[in-house]
Amino acid sequence: MSTAEISHGASSLADVGRSLTGEARWGRCEIAFWAVALASVFLLPGRHLILAEIAILGLFALSLDLILGYAGIISLGHAAYFGFGAYAAGLLAIHVVAEPVTGLVIAGLAAALLGFLTSFLVLRGSDLTRLMVTLGVALMLKEIANQLAWLTGGADGLQGIVVAPVLGLFSFDITGHVAYVYCLIVLFVLFLVARRLVNSPFGLSLRAARDNPLRASSIGIGVNRRLVAIYTIAAGYAGIAGALLTQTTAFASMDVLSFERSADLLLVLIVGGTGYLYGGPVGAILFKLMQDWLAGLTPQYWQFWVGCLFVLIVLVGRERMIDWIGPVRAALRPIGAHLAARLQVARDARK
Amino acid sequence: MTAALETVGLQKRFGAVVATNDVSLKLERGARRALIGPNGAGKTTLINLLTGVEAPTAGKVLLDGRDITALPPHARVQLGMARTFQINQLFGELTPVQTIGLAISERMGRGMDWWRVVGSNPGVIERIGQLIGRFHLDDVMDAPTVSLPYGKQRLLEIALAIACRPRVLLLDEPAAGVPEAERQEILTTIAALPRDVTVLLIEHDMDLVFSFAERISVLVNGMLFAEGSPEEIGGNPDVRAIYLGDSVDG
Repeated sequence: MSTAEISHGASSLADVGRSLTGEARWGRCEIAFWAVALASVFLLPGRHLILAEIAILGLFALSLDLILGYAGIISLGHAAYFGFGAYAAGLLAIHVVAEPVTGLVIAGLAAALLGFLTSFLVLRGSDLTRLMVTLGVALMLKEIANQLAWLTGGADGLQGIVVAPVLGLFSFDITGHVAYVYCLIVLFVLFLVARRLVNSPFGLSLRAARDNPLRASSIGIGVNRRLVAIYTIAAGYAGIAGALLTQTTAFASMDVLSFERSADLLLVLIVGGTGYLYGGPVGAILFKLMQDWLAGLTPQYWQFWVGCLFVLIVLVGRERMIDWIGPVRAALRPIGAHLAARLQVARDARK
Repeated sequence: MTAALETVGLQKRFGAVVATNDVSLKLERGARRALIGPNGAGKTTLINLLTGVEAPTAGKVLLDGRDITALPPHARVQLGMARTFQINQLFGELTPVQTIGLAISERMGRGMDWWRVVGSNPGVIERIGQLIGRFHLDDVMDAPTVSLPYGKQRLLEIALAIACRPRVLLLDEPAAGVPEAERQEILTTIAALPRDVTVLLIEHDMDLVFSFAERISVLVNGMLFAEGSPEEIGGNPDVRAIYLGDSVDG
């Protein structure tokens, strides 16, 4: 075979290997993140309802991160797949199988199929076109759900969902313990899969196509096929998140397909940060806690403050906030040392 | 013997403008061909037609005798054609190691592999190491490409094309804008390409053209104006009048 082989001047192979697998290795922060998540199961039993909501939103945002953060596909209609999965899970529970894990898998596959079919619409065009197309798909789906009231319950929502115990063993309870553990495990498993995926050659090719589609195709990457693949996977993730919501609340309403849900999702991900996988979960925590805290503080104007905070966060920028931590700590150190010295002097004087 | 790369009556119109006009080129296997011509002669358009970035209005492109006119760019790469760009086209957020590793795993057909970690294959790592070393990218191999100095980016641009293990390599002004210190590096690298790789070089730098090319084609107004050995082209009064001026001694 003819090759453009170049055989000398090799640099340290160990360095190259380390450099390639660096992002795939587990960092301390990552382990801490999941340790805290696990601890919350035992330490915050009274907060499991909101924690389950956070896990679902985190998974949903992770799904958007896969297409926005890694493939550069912006979407204002990601609720289409979330809602599709939510209704699919509800209808499955009512008509076919009440066991949640089975329902989750089927709902996820159904949403992935919808994602595959609609992916061809978002392949071409600029960001603006994609915003409009994704928005349009979600609006159409919502209207279809509205019109099929005999199936979906229309504006009244899908009622009469009875969810069987998970794997026939664990029944959902009113305190949300089982719901939270169930959602957290699903989030963790799908996170692990996503983590493998983004560190694979496939994941790398997505990032390349995001940065420069012209060059990506010039090194042999069939960009369209890759985008279809990741869009399909992300839709499946969103569908599973929607199915989790239906199963843990035993209810699905038109609201799962709403524009607000898609828009909030974009906000969640941008607050948490794109392209490092934790943006979704972290953004979901910040978003829900902020919402919860501000709603308690000012029941009437909380949305104003939520909006205000998000504008600030996005304007200042996450990177800059993280950059501030170092200098702030450095600035505090002499003050701390000074205070300690003063205290010491005062203590000595008292003796 | 079929030519490694051949075009038959290739034509490209942009509205009323004919950017490529009935170009029939033939490159034998292992050819060292330079394509020269004044600005606006249609050199880059020709490369875009060869690589499939643009579709010709008429005519055919043959790679090893196979008609590839209808194939998209990535399919042509998989058949062994690679190119560099006149203006760097790189992946800003990826590091040189990732960039080259990506091209190599694509070349090995592992592009849709979504389960294994990049770099779990020792063969891939070894090949990345060779290219990183050869192109003097060791010291910046972990930095995002966007932060690299221009000269290093230029080297990565060429390393990336070579990582595709092309049988036909199209170089679009590889030395453009490269500082003098790093220019020699690029010349050496190009000269060191294996003999069986067919190279088409587009270049303004006459030193590079005359030191590298075994044959030269001259493109003027989208048409092939002349073709011959460096001596013939250097000595051709028409070519000199149109393009070279009187500053170059044939």
